[in-house]
Amino acid sequence: MNMSFISSRDVANDVARIAERLGGAPFSRREALRRAVYGSAGLLLMEPFGIQAAPRAASIAKEGKAKSVIQIWLWGGPCHIDTFDPKPEAGREYSGALDAPIETNVSGIRIGQLLPELAKIADKYSLIRSMTHGNNGHETASYLVQTGRASERDVFPGLGAVVSYFKGYDAGYKGLIPPYVVLTEPQGRFSEAGFLGPRYKPFATGGDPARTPFAVEGIVTPDITEEHQKERRKLMSSLNTLGGALPGNATLKTVLESEQQAYELILGDAGKLFDLGQEKDEMRDRYGRNTFGQSCLMARRLVEKGVPYITINYKGWDTHKQHFQIMNRKLPELDQGLAALLTDLYDKGLLESTIVFCTGEFGRTPKVANESPWNGGRHHFGACFASLLAGGGFRGGQVLGKSNATGEEVAERPVYPADVIGSIYGQLGIPADAPLPHPQGTPTFVVPGKDEQVKMGGLLKELI
Amino acid sequence: MSTPSVILMLFACAAISSAKETEIYDLGPPVPKSGAPLKPHEQVDELVFARLAELKLKPANLCNDAVFVRRAFLAIIGTLPTAEEARGFIAAKQADKRAQLIEILLQRPEFTDFWAMKLGDIMRVKAEFPIKLWPNAVQAYHRFIHTSVRENKPLLLFARQLLLANGSNFREGEVNFYRAMQDRTPRGIAATVALTFMGERADKWPKKKLDAMAGFFAQVAYKSTAEWKEEIVFFDPTADKDGLTKNAIFPDGNAVKIKTGLEDPRIIFADWMLRPENPFFCKNYANRIWSWLMGRGIVHEPDDFRADNPPSNPALLAFLEKEFAASKCDMRHLFRVILNSQVFQLSSIPAQDTPEAVANFAHYPLRRLEAEVLIDALNQITGTREEYSSPIPEPFTFIPENVRGIALADGSITSSFLELFGRPPRDTGHELERNLSTSPSQRLHMLNSSHVLNKVKQCPLVTAATNSDDAAQLADKIYHTVLSRPPSAQELATLKAHVAATYAGGSSLAADLVWALVNQPEFIFNH
Repeated sequence: MNMSFISSRDVANDVARIAERLGGAPFSRREALRRAVYGSAGLLLMEPFGIQAAPRAASIAKEGKAKSVIQIWLWGGPCHIDTFDPKPEAGREYSGALDAPIETNVSGIRIGQLLPELAKIADKYSLIRSMTHGNNGHETASYLVQTGRASERDVFPGLGAVVSYFKGYDAGYKGLIPPYVVLTEPQGRFSEAGFLGPRYKPFATGGDPARTPFAVEGIVTPDITEEHQKERRKLMSSLNTLGGALPGNATLKTVLESEQQAYELILGDAGKLFDLGQEKDEMRDRYGRNTFGQSCLMARRLVEKGVPYITINYKGWDTHKQHFQIMNRKLPELDQGLAALLTDLYDKGLLESTIVFCTGEFGRTPKVANESPWNGGRHHFGACFASLLAGGGFRGGQVLGKSNATGEEVAERPVYPADVIGSIYGQLGIPADAPLPHPQGTPTFVVPGKDEQVKMGGLLKELI
Repeated sequence: MSTPSVILMLFACAAISSAKETEIYDLGPPVPKSGAPLKPHEQVDELVFARLAELKLKPANLCNDAVFVRRAFLAIIGTLPTAEEARGFIAAKQADKRAQLIEILLQRPEFTDFWAMKLGDIMRVKAEFPIKLWPNAVQAYHRFIHTSVRENKPLLLFARQLLLANGSNFREGEVNFYRAMQDRTPRGIAATVALTFMGERADKWPKKKLDAMAGFFAQVAYKSTAEWKEEIVFFDPTADKDGLTKNAIFPDGNAVKIKTGLEDPRIIFADWMLRPENPFFCKNYANRIWSWLMGRGIVHEPDDFRADNPPSNPALLAFLEKEFAASKCDMRHLFRVILNSQVFQLSSIPAQDTPEAVANFAHYPLRRLEAEVLIDALNQITGTREEYSSPIPEPFTFIPENVRGIALADGSITSSFLELFGRPPRDTGHELERNLSTSPSQRLHMLNSSHVLNKVKQCPLVTAATNSDDAAQLADKIYHTVLSRPPSAQELATLKAHVAATYAGGSSLAADLVWALVNQPEFIFNH
């Protein structure tokens, strides 16, 4: 048995299957997993390092204050000084037309003028104004912000995949909706699951929640009736001639099991979760009748069902040109949807157990690029940017860290991606030293150890 | 559904496990040849059957022509046979028609696309993170591999060109071998060379062994040019800052003296590794090729050679290695030997379904179609196309819509379908990066996604069907198109019951049937 590339789970499945076929004492997949990890290969890999083999994921994560995470990913990099860290005093060279930030309901905190709804509820969230990693490339910065790692040797899993690993099916999650859902398209710039493998990749819904019906790929099919679905299913099953010729075949058995699960989503109640028509019109209006707003509403419904990780992949923030025109259009959408989400979660008593993490891969150059061809654009800026963090045990109404007068440098308390990610794990009950199954067997933990030389400013104790 | 048709269906289901159905897939028991001299493919049979007899295992029956034509197309060129190709082959009367088909497939253009894709996985042909070859270099690297496959370049020469590459990554495609790795330190390069050409995982080696091999790669240097993303790989004796070269030892333990500054240590390494009598390269690739065609290596996994992972049939591996080395590692030659064997042509219906039977090739395994092959097959059946594009770098790259999945050069240019069905990320070059397992989300996608349903709707067999069509004739066309065989009597009876229950006819019946067949394991797996 080798373990160097496939996840120990695949090995466990194989072990269980082989044991079953050999007719040996049946043991569960989970037991098989334990054997795979502690078994010969595990020892082989771990022994040289003089440490114990990794215990299984399921037993590691404890109950945390937070049960779910909603990650709002502002793809392309939103401008920090137009949103959560305004700098009107730096002059119009920096602030452009957006030079009149507004006070929030927390004294001393002001935010961008296009975010009035968020300004009313600043007590519900905190802002980090000293985010930094220094990288200005989309793909590397996305990787940095979502994994906290800088390593180019191995592809680490993103935050959502790690949560899915510790809180998903291996940890007793029983939902039919996969434990890691992306609304609506995957990021595609790097493999979110990294070395954890495809089992921990997100389920991408596809479709558009602002349309009726929200055609969730594979689950909701507008033009096929339920009756027709059932007839087709019967036809398909009775034409399974190869299946008939291979009774008891283990591969075909997993296909049938998968099929059963799929049909519970297609024809059973589980899929009804995606029917936003079940929400009152007034509620749908509150979130905004656009893709982002309805994605926020959908995310809340998923949280209610216990889905541990939801990413809203919100595109369109890469504004090298026409920056201010685009901000005038997008920020009100962000403001309405995000404010409605936070308020709704709070009203339903879910904010305490739900982390909302809103960030892009970086900020944008605080100094406006007025020269041709940009004519009022902003470029990539990884040296200093801002993120919003709320719920799940994180305090609201706080500002962590500080940028300098122009928003170009971190002035106080640098916060690196690994700090935020590690703190989120902490709130979820995943300890900092929970081991990841590194493909080469190198001892690796969710929060990078000192030997990895990952830059960190410290976990966010100030917000806990 | 009305009660009588339910009964009819149950009857059809019950009939399925009768003796008749093996006729749908099987021909009869294999026929061992005796009497010298055996041809190479007959020697394969002898070695496999002898091993099975030793283990008291029985081989499966030989597969019939319909199964063979589908299997051969999918395994050799990653392409589904068309209805005409399947019909033509099944009807053909020549005694040696299987050997003829193999010859034809080895010369088809899709052969080159498909095997350039497979080699591209191992060689990590990918523009973006974490390999970061960038698009220009990906094209050059892919062209090098593609041309090598098309011209049937001996793999010994192919490997030598990669190992000794120098020059610009845009001009000399093979140079990208040294760029397509995340760790470009001498140890990182040595580990990649060990995996790629020896099928060994250096992370399982003692540190000393890797350090010693790193000595051969300590004088590989990189420099950029004024051209965006152009990089030169060159031999630079001053690059060996840690003095690794003077301690270079071959992985077999033999030491060597290298005259620093006078000779490129890589040449000494290539001379050592790429001799026919050197067991590492030829043995590894003979085993890989067997694994690519048979779905499982004699050493399994095929890139995990080590003392405690022995071959399931040492004599077979030794024979293949010898045969391959004697041909200077001619890929098509070894393909012929394996494909013409009865072992490749055994049915998937096992005589006994045990792990030992699987490991010793007593029957052909069920192999899920590769992501690219599956989407190409769906497109071929339904007359539809996919759109592939890449957002990096700007301006965006768009791939012409008639390009097939197996012909995509760049591992970064992908689609959610390809991702879902386990296309390898090409991050490490491990064979297991290609994930061929099945999952509920894959099932969901095939059963009910707008992506697949729209394809079915556009299928010419569906759009052309009319209510006056005879259901049996329609079924015959659809079965040949999707499953490369005629429908059985039971299957026709099942369809009749469906018609009776749903009043489906014409396009709606054709759509139901195309949908039901592309969702069969018989379609999703090569069997």
